[in-house]
Amino acid sequence: MTAQEAIHARFQIIWPGFTLDVDLDLPGRGVTALFGHSGSGKTTLLRCLAGLERQSSGSLRFKGEVWQDSARGVFLPTHQRPIGYVFQEASLFPHLSVWKNLDYGRKRVNSGHRVSLDHAVELLGIGHLLDRMPDRLSGGERQRVAIARALATSPRLLLMDEPLAALDLKRKSEILPYLERLHDELEIPVFYVSHSPDEVARLADHVVLLAEGRVMAQGGLRETLARLDLPTAFTEDAGVVIEAVVAEHDEAYHLTRLDFPGGSAVVAHRPEAIGHRLRFRVHARDVSLALARAEGTSITNLLPATVTEIADADTPAHVLVRLDAGGTPLIARITRRSRDHLGVTPGQPLWAQIKAVALLA
Amino acid sequence: MAALSNADWAAVWLTFKLASVTTVILLIVGTPIAWWLARTRSRWKGVVGAVVALPLVLPPTVLGFYLLVAMGPYGPVGQFTQWLGIGLLPFTFPGLVVGSVFYSLPFVVQPVQNAFEAVGERMLEVAATLRANPWDTFFTVVLPLAKPGFITAAILGFAHTVGEFGVVLMIGGNIPEKTRVVSVAIYDHVEALEYAEAHVLAGGMLLFSFVVLLALYSRKGASVWK
Repeated sequence: MTAQEAIHARFQIIWPGFTLDVDLDLPGRGVTALFGHSGSGKTTLLRCLAGLERQSSGSLRFKGEVWQDSARGVFLPTHQRPIGYVFQEASLFPHLSVWKNLDYGRKRVNSGHRVSLDHAVELLGIGHLLDRMPDRLSGGERQRVAIARALATSPRLLLMDEPLAALDLKRKSEILPYLERLHDELEIPVFYVSHSPDEVARLADHVVLLAEGRVMAQGGLRETLARLDLPTAFTEDAGVVIEAVVAEHDEAYHLTRLDFPGGSAVVAHRPEAIGHRLRFRVHARDVSLALARAEGTSITNLLPATVTEIADADTPAHVLVRLDAGGTPLIARITRRSRDHLGVTPGQPLWAQIKAVALLA
Repeated sequence: MAALSNADWAAVWLTFKLASVTTVILLIVGTPIAWWLARTRSRWKGVVGAVVALPLVLPPTVLGFYLLVAMGPYGPVGQFTQWLGIGLLPFTFPGLVVGSVFYSLPFVVQPVQNAFEAVGERMLEVAATLRANPWDTFFTVVLPLAKPGFITAAILGFAHTVGEFGVVLMIGGNIPEKTRVVSVAIYDHVEALEYAEAHVLAGGMLLFSFVVLLALYSRKGASVWK
């Protein structure tokens, strides 16, 4: 990662009862999730990147350009930064039609257009809404317009603050595919604030884990989520993300086989064609361990794996066991008694039994 | 019922002119004050807000007295206007305008301030992320969204100036066609026991005020003081 491609951010904010203190080197491509509980500072960090927190001190270098350098008194105001920002609530201008909302930012950008307005409209599927006023839109439609409005400025950096948080499950599933298309079709780095592990697992390439205004971990999605040394706040929801390919459909039993490095998993039938890439999550609580390949069990997904690490879990009764299943990391949450009973130690080969997988697409 | 005399028509016209000029000046002067009050975190906010609101509670004679002193030959404003070569303001139409601007200031500033506050920080941030500079944001987002507040402010400022009496009497006196407004004309008629004339003017004021307030309170979604 060279300085020309990277985003370097160092921010400090001290407020009564809250301190943000981060120092990050982030990739200038792909989706970076800023992940953490509410109050962890993820939205504040996103606002610092946008220049919306003028009290922040620190520095921000975007692909070689200095946007902020408090030591030298440099602070590029928000309206001069080539960003797109999607707020948690759609925040459309209520006095302007959908079309005029989209056009508002677009006509103020004079540089070459990377994202045409037509493309943004098509990408978000809002072509039939252009003449409407914002108060005539559903929550999901509003948020799609807000995303298209941000894209229409041809941003070089897209910042999204929990764009799905205000929506119910149905609306979420309506927008998620559009976000995935963004990820696949646009070459803009995206920073995505979320407290939902499923959203992060589905969309992100890179994760920054925040707690109490500090960075607890950062790195690639798979490696970061499979780490055991994170605060217990995260381990109650511990698990891994596996990227797999649809390998086979079993029409008779209505099942689909997914292949990934080191093994495969059988899940209920999926509509995707063979060869399609899918991500799924395996929660630590859904993985159990056996010394030998179990016979006479209803669990069909059994993987040979090697123990790499053992760590404390969120309760004194449990431990987290990190496994390597032929290149794919797995985490199992088992009781301390089971660990002693099975004599689980690092380096030991055993079988991981996966009770359930959560498909993310 | 008696028809209006020429002198009374002159008072009506003068009142209309005074209220119109005052309203235009108030919208220009009041908007930056309202913006500052709506946005500032300064500790002076309370002080400035209270000063703006003073005419709501002060007897008009108090306001008129201080203005008279300030604009008089030995007052600071008076010395300044003399130095400028425009003479003294008391007992002139411009003097009445100055008095009316102070007198009706809260009726314009407060609705506009409420409207600015209702626009909210978020809309300004959204505009900034869409490349609008602060002036651009003010004219393309804040003003359109605050429009109902401006309409309320203009109506209240106008109507309140029409209804002014004490301040006018203190600094304007009662000069026909120059400073005699309708409210003062009514007072004169009553003093002279010309009840018929007083009735016409008073009834006209009552009708005018009612129509203005009716328009204000029946506007869709309108809330005058928020």
